[in-house]
Amino acid sequence: MNGYTCVVCIKQVPDTKKVTGQAMKADGTINRAALPAIFNPEDKNALEAALSVKERYGGKVIAIAMGLPAATAILREALACGADEAVLVTDRKAAGSDTLATSYILSQAVKKFNPDLVFCGRQAIDGDTAQTGPQIGEKLDCAVVTYLEKLEIDGDTAIATRDIGTGVETCRAKLPALFTVTEKFGELRPYEMRRVMKYKNAEPTILDCAAIGCEDDRCGFAGSPTSVNKIESVVLAGGEFKEVAATDEGITIG
Amino acid sequence: MKNIQGEVWVFAEQEEGKLSDVPFELLGKARELASKLGVKVGAVLMGSGVESLAKPLFEAGADVVHLIDDPALKVYRNKAYRHAMVELVKEVNPQIAIFGATHMGRDLAPSVASALRCGLTADCTDLQIGDYEDKKTKETFTNVLHQIRPAFGGNIIATIVNARNWPQMATVREGVMKPLPREEGRKGEIVKHSAHLDGVEIPVEVVEIVRKASTVNLKGSRIIVCGGAGVGSKENFKLLHDLANVLGGAVGGSRAAVDLGYCEHERQIGQTGVTVRPALMISCGVSGAVQHLAGMQDSAKIIAINTDKDAPIFKVAHYGIVGDLNVVVPKLIKAIKSKGE
Repeated sequence: MNGYTCVVCIKQVPDTKKVTGQAMKADGTINRAALPAIFNPEDKNALEAALSVKERYGGKVIAIAMGLPAATAILREALACGADEAVLVTDRKAAGSDTLATSYILSQAVKKFNPDLVFCGRQAIDGDTAQTGPQIGEKLDCAVVTYLEKLEIDGDTAIATRDIGTGVETCRAKLPALFTVTEKFGELRPYEMRRVMKYKNAEPTILDCAAIGCEDDRCGFAGSPTSVNKIESVVLAGGEFKEVAATDEGITIG
Repeated sequence: MKNIQGEVWVFAEQEEGKLSDVPFELLGKARELASKLGVKVGAVLMGSGVESLAKPLFEAGADVVHLIDDPALKVYRNKAYRHAMVELVKEVNPQIAIFGATHMGRDLAPSVASALRCGLTADCTDLQIGDYEDKKTKETFTNVLHQIRPAFGGNIIATIVNARNWPQMATVREGVMKPLPREEGRKGEIVKHSAHLDGVEIPVEVVEIVRKASTVNLKGSRIIVCGGAGVGSKENFKLLHDLANVLGGAVGGSRAAVDLGYCEHERQIGQTGVTVRPALMISCGVSGAVQHLAGMQDSAKIIAINTDKDAPIFKVAHYGIVGDLNVVVPKLIKAIKSKGE
């Protein structure tokens, strides 16, 4: 066997940490256009995991993003950091997909490359659900290892260290396997300048739902069992509090 | 299949034969939902040699414990638990299934929902029973589960429904729901089920688990002193520990304080950390980003100390001190000490 085929699923997200006064509209809703679109932070850790496998054991890394053509920007970033191929899954039929439909579409795209290892970020900062990764794994019917912190490979087995909240677990997972990666895995390596120049105008391979064999009724709104009933903006009510003077007289306990 | 007589389920997470806190919290909510629907509360207990854990689940509000006891379930593994759970759902057909948004729950619930092709809402902060009108089809659904969660970095609160593909599934953040008072001697029915794992290949083998000695117990603390970016340095954080010590409380931090390296990650309070509701929260140099407030605004009493009188933290505070915490906190410590003398 000549190294491992790694697929990494990446997402372009609005930078929710930059939600400030300017990004809020007068009615309290968010002006998404005012937020920069960024490479989802933990997907960068996932890309690092894939690149480190390629570096240590050989093989190739394919980055897949699902979304609007604008997501090409993060695919170019992935290429600049060392990914070998970039794939954009884009289709109007995918609009309105919840995590179930998203994981279905992505799993269909991943299957096309018959990978040994699949990496996803633990969660995306726009939804924070952490559902898409394990759901892709279920659909691929492969080993699922979430909260990955460290990884070694021995033949057809991955030796993975993962955070289980109450401790740290070491497990042996038979390949193929899907991993969701946390920031503890380590930061994404810096770009290679040579590759930045080479790929600055690179176009990803474009796939639509039909090209990856998706059934229409499992994509987009039709394939999404959840619906949003109501959205409320978090508007902090001007609360009333008792002000205490920052002096010895103010701060007494009685 | 929609089963309006179906039970409301809670996944009774356990490790090494010990139930975690979250099933007790969820059972409190499940009782409320089930009584509105006029159905039973079921707890799903999976593991090896865990039958004795049924009793505390009954005493916390379960009517039925669905027990799957199998050596293959001794340690949590995604495929084994997923498979057993999916078969159980198909067999018993609950209408609602709730999981803790723990590492285990966030691994298991999405996998189960994927296999059943039903909806799942992550990290809910509230669950209610209500109606839903599909604006496109004009269909009205009564008594569906309203799954309420923060999204978009905590800047919006979304209510999600899953009106068609049941069971309605959700994970719920730890520390958000309140357990019921333990009802000693409360009885229920244990129903035993097979794990259906014969001939199922489990591709993962757990080699070793190193448990973290949990030195920080924010959830169990009645008093929390929480520091933010305004604390200014790791050294200054010591001052907060001093204050917590005289009060017998614990020290937490905002995400900013954790990111700046002022305190450890396990002390983080807020949307991506822990949710707390202590009797007293003393917030020092925390500006009060919505993500942070989401994790602490239900504290019974909040004292905020900040140099910026317009900081959002004052909007949730009961008492506010506008001033430098390096001046104010020593005064507080002095006042508390003198009171004790």
